[in-house]
Amino acid sequence: MQVEQVKKLTRQMKIEKVFHGLTILCSSLVLVIMLLMFFQLIYNSRLSIQEFGINFIFSSTWNPATHEYGALASIYGTVISTLIALIIAVPMGIIIALFLVEISHPFLSKVVGNAIELLAAIPSIIYGMWGLFVFSPFLADYIQPFLIDHLGDKPLIGRLFQGAPMGIGMLSAGLILALMILPFITAVTRDVFRMVPSVIKESSYGMGSTTWEVTRKITIPYGIKGVVGACFIGLGRALGETMAVTFVIGNSNIISPSLMDPAASIASTLANEFGEASEPIYLHSLMQLGLILLIMTFIIQLLAQLWVGRIKKSMGAGL
Amino acid sequence: MIKSNYNTRKRKFIDFTVKILSSLAAFIGIFFLLWILFTVFQRGFHALNTDFFTKLPTPPGLGGGGVINAITGTTIITLMATVIGVPIGVMTGVYLSEYGNKSKFGSIVRFTINLTIGVPSIVVGLFVYALIVIPTGSFSAWAGAIAQAIIMLPVVARTSEDMLNLVPNELREAALAIGMPKWLTILKIVFKSSKSGIITGVLLAVARVSGETAPLLFTVMNSQFWMKSLNEPIANLTVTIYNYAMSPFDDWRQIAWGASFLITMVVLLLNIIARIIVRETK
Repeated sequence: MQVEQVKKLTRQMKIEKVFHGLTILCSSLVLVIMLLMFFQLIYNSRLSIQEFGINFIFSSTWNPATHEYGALASIYGTVISTLIALIIAVPMGIIIALFLVEISHPFLSKVVGNAIELLAAIPSIIYGMWGLFVFSPFLADYIQPFLIDHLGDKPLIGRLFQGAPMGIGMLSAGLILALMILPFITAVTRDVFRMVPSVIKESSYGMGSTTWEVTRKITIPYGIKGVVGACFIGLGRALGETMAVTFVIGNSNIISPSLMDPAASIASTLANEFGEASEPIYLHSLMQLGLILLIMTFIIQLLAQLWVGRIKKSMGAGL
Repeated sequence: MIKSNYNTRKRKFIDFTVKILSSLAAFIGIFFLLWILFTVFQRGFHALNTDFFTKLPTPPGLGGGGVINAITGTTIITLMATVIGVPIGVMTGVYLSEYGNKSKFGSIVRFTINLTIGVPSIVVGLFVYALIVIPTGSFSAWAGAIAQAIIMLPVVARTSEDMLNLVPNELREAALAIGMPKWLTILKIVFKSSKSGIITGVLLAVARVSGETAPLLFTVMNSQFWMKSLNEPIANLTVTIYNYAMSPFDDWRQIAWGASFLITMVVLLLNIIARIIVRETK
């Protein structure tokens, strides 16, 4: 009898060891994937790294016919379209969150909040389809002619708004990206604003402050770090977004000062040209583009993690 | 006195303006998002018919034709990705919550998971292309499933850890006190009380990958035919949408809208189911 129990115990301890080992193995896999990802992308862009060296990042020539490749035009497109998206989506996300938390009726806030969260789940290719067939023509017919007529001849900013109203291009890509990250920034900002203890807000209201004063002096200063965290993560998403951008950016590897002109981002160049890359040097250049994108998002995520990790204790979950 | 009256009026005016602006912003945001949904429903619903669900694709110009092969393909790839990604993800969550919660290795894994979630899906596609497509010499359903699994893994791991952490420690202690081994405690007690949370996480991860296009472009490609094996390029909905939408043919674009409608419905439905599960357990 006792012998049997001992046997049973040792068997269970063996299973425990296997189970514990299995969890460690699965966890290690995450690390392995990350390391392999860097290794594979570096290894498969070796030809282009050898051929172009550091100039790859600073050259804006992208010519598959002569096999001269440089990433600058794609990097430029990625950065500028992301900037447009952030400039629009961040302030808008913050004031929509303000609406949800401070102004609207709780029921309306719940409905709108749920709708926004659902919309964050819509696949990016849907945004791309809508952008290409509905939004870009709308932009070309109504918005761009207005911008070109009224801003195109102004000093300094005028150069941004010159050209033909084609719809697709840098501006369109930036706007679609803004729309894509808006639900995300709104949802996180709303959660951050909700973390503000109501006692502090109520004491401010009790002293006769208006809603705006409470927001400006209490809610925003209290939640600003969380909002910055939300922006970081939104930025990371916008940088690597592929399908929505590929549909509307126009895919032209030329750096143009005008936001009306077609451009290309790293992700859109990859999606567009990967199928045509038959020469090894072409393929390796595309791989190196991917590597640059990986490094860019990696740095952003790293900063975001360090930032969020630092503030998480004071802001709670939700980030 | 007069001055303070003026100040109050000014303050109230600013407050009023901000309220109007913020309501307007909320309205504009919702308007655009509804506009997208409306377009997808209107154009997509129009494209759906029995052929769409039962026939193979036809060459452009012939009309008719469907995407039954792509619907099957997307289902198979997503299922394979779930079978590969979910167990690994859940086990990683178990390690982080139950074994390595405060260990150095645990915090490194947790940090890497958060970084991996931020890797663009197109880069995952490139990675799997280099890892599998180049050595095997062909695009395949397997490569696509692995790419999707890599995207699912960190998401599932993170939500699993969060959900397991919510289980009160008293439950674990009670089970351990009556002599239950730890693995059995995890399987029978901890999993049971966090079941709905983990299922929700899995549903959301499935919803996310079923709409992904970028990782499939370089791994499974697309096909006009029925799949014969998992070692060859197979048809799938999202790449079909991409190819058809970019084509100059009206009937192909119709199909692309239909497929968009289908994908959107599936993704929204999965999200709504996940929400209902969360609400019911709360």
